[in-house]
Amino acid sequence: MKGTIFQRREPLNDTQLLMTITIGIFVVMYMLAVILLGGGFLHAQQIFDMLNDNASLVIVSCGLTIVMIGGGIDISVGAVTSLVVMSCVLYLNKGGNIFISILLAVGIGLVFGLVQGFLISYMEIQPFIVTLAGMFFARGMTTILSVNPQKVDHEAFSKLRDTKIEISWLGYKAKNGNLVPARIELGVVVAVVCVILAFLLLKYLRLGRGFYAIGGNQKSALMLGINVKLTRFMSYVICGLLSGISGYVFMMHTGAGNATNAAGMEMNAIAASIIGGTLLTGGVGNVIGTLFGVLTLTTIKKIVVSSGLNDPWWQSITTGGMLCFFILLQSIVLGRRAKKKKT
Amino acid sequence: MKEKFKRLFSGGLGQMTIPIIALALLVIFNLIRDTSFFSIGIMHNNDGNAVLSGNIITIINGASELAILAMGMTLVTAACGGQDISVGAAAAIAGSVFVKVLKASTAISGGTVVLAFLCACIVAMLFALFNGTLVAVFKIQPMIATLILYTCGRSIAYWINGGATPTVYSSIITAIGGFIPGIPVPTPVLIVVVMALLFRVLFHFTSLRLFTQSVGINGDAARLNGINSTFIKLLSFLILGVCVAVSGCIGVSRLGLINHETLLLDIEMDTILAVAIGGNSLGGGKFKIGGSIIGAYVIQTLTITLYAMKVSSTDVKAYKAIVIILMVVIGSPVVKERFGKFMARLVHGSKRVSVKGVEE
Repeated sequence: MKGTIFQRREPLNDTQLLMTITIGIFVVMYMLAVILLGGGFLHAQQIFDMLNDNASLVIVSCGLTIVMIGGGIDISVGAVTSLVVMSCVLYLNKGGNIFISILLAVGIGLVFGLVQGFLISYMEIQPFIVTLAGMFFARGMTTILSVNPQKVDHEAFSKLRDTKIEISWLGYKAKNGNLVPARIELGVVVAVVCVILAFLLLKYLRLGRGFYAIGGNQKSALMLGINVKLTRFMSYVICGLLSGISGYVFMMHTGAGNATNAAGMEMNAIAASIIGGTLLTGGVGNVIGTLFGVLTLTTIKKIVVSSGLNDPWWQSITTGGMLCFFILLQSIVLGRRAKKKKT
Repeated sequence: MKEKFKRLFSGGLGQMTIPIIALALLVIFNLIRDTSFFSIGIMHNNDGNAVLSGNIITIINGASELAILAMGMTLVTAACGGQDISVGAAAAIAGSVFVKVLKASTAISGGTVVLAFLCACIVAMLFALFNGTLVAVFKIQPMIATLILYTCGRSIAYWINGGATPTVYSSIITAIGGFIPGIPVPTPVLIVVVMALLFRVLFHFTSLRLFTQSVGINGDAARLNGINSTFIKLLSFLILGVCVAVSGCIGVSRLGLINHETLLLDIEMDTILAVAIGGNSLGGGKFKIGGSIIGAYVIQTLTITLYAMKVSSTDVKAYKAIVIILMVVIGSPVVKERFGKFMARLVHGSKRVSVKGVEE
């Protein structure tokens, strides 16, 4: 019995290796933060806060990971998120129904996914150009809808927004002696569900395996009888759908629509996917890794802020440095393995 | 005639078909909308110089930075099969260095401007070298490698400026960004012409075009034929670095100040678009710099047309997206093939028997 658990029959594949590295680095970094900076990093709330703030980024990154595994790229995700937020806010302010607003969010995302997926896989246009146009369109539509920031003024929605799951045993004692329970927003639950569903899809469903196949080698996938065009189309549809959901989660977190919402989110999502071990060439990646990618990115930012580097430029410079580190690490690790395989 | 007709519709006019047709359509559209759109006049600017004015001049002048970046980007795209998305951020850094050196000197003379430009050039080339090393030596896809600089470039520029947006006042800077006294053509346009000529000379006297294309089409085959593909890739990034420095300095000179947040904002996207509209494959290989330059002017014409139609600057993006999609759909291989077949059927008058799989 012991042997089957502790002895792997086959060595780690690229996806597992990169994911393991990411998780390992996240744990080490977090422990360093606890040791060096202590205080806030010890509370469970710290991790929950990271998730609360980044639930929509996690969802978007999941969609992007799926597209990237299929060998594509989608840079419209942040703009779609922003468009969804703005349209839902305006709809709710006109006295709309919550259920329909959710449908609206998912619908907008789905439409973007369908159109972009069709143009990319059936019209054979480069994904970068199509999704760039999608990004321009979504950003432009957002400002056409409203240039000024809009706050949600809707009773039922406010209730939904303020609903938080409280876990008292994970809380901490505040300075005045009161117990502050750990709070989780509903968006986090949605995000976790999305991650789990995406994970199951990629691991067990025929479609999910198809993403790896077309990303790894398109011609081989075609010869294996996989419908390459349909599979690629589906990857963009799923990504669009997740962008729509992410928009709603974003709105649940901020409760306001702004033309500059989710600015730069697409690049953050790409960065999170890469740190999580997804290769832009396709065929390698995992949504669990992506989740840790988001957490790693956020931890870096938190460490920078709490270690007193208050100048506004340090955050993105350290993020860039960290990204550089991970990219180089991946390149070296994968390069070595490729050499080993040859000899 | 028939042959020519066929070639035109099957995209056989070469890769210049789309950009030229797009430009022509935009011009015709503008002429219908407003016949005086393209009138050129002469007016006197604040310094009392006679200068050209009119929408055409605005378009050509405004597209200068984009055109220069598109030239360099074409080379990188061709050699590496990917795009540099950090050009805007790198231009902000180059502009900051430019201003920093100018600020350090007590009086701004021609010499200090040249010195400042050289410093900006060196810094831009260093960052380009960083990108190039990641791409050429570590074999990382260009988009990911340059994502690093894209993320932190503008912050580095902010850091160089020390958290401010310094301004420079000098007649020389105004001349670079506007007009040289006595010459009615805007200086940025002249710089574009000079850059284009430099590329022309470069390709005429060296084998860089051939080498770049062969590296882009098949790097391994090129290497086996004795081409140092790593060096060619690095070189393409270094040339892009020079282009970035030039456009960054033009951008700074236009306003006389460096704002790290807004200098050449979102230009990386427009640049890549210009390369794509120019009919160059974004996957590397064959390229035409002329196509990219026309692509840059197409984008600028589109933008100015939309402004002229009273579309606000934030809304322009949505309309731009629609035009882009229409353009790429018309130029997409599937549509081209279908349309070419359709035209052939129309010309020949009968259905042609085609064997499935032959074209593959």
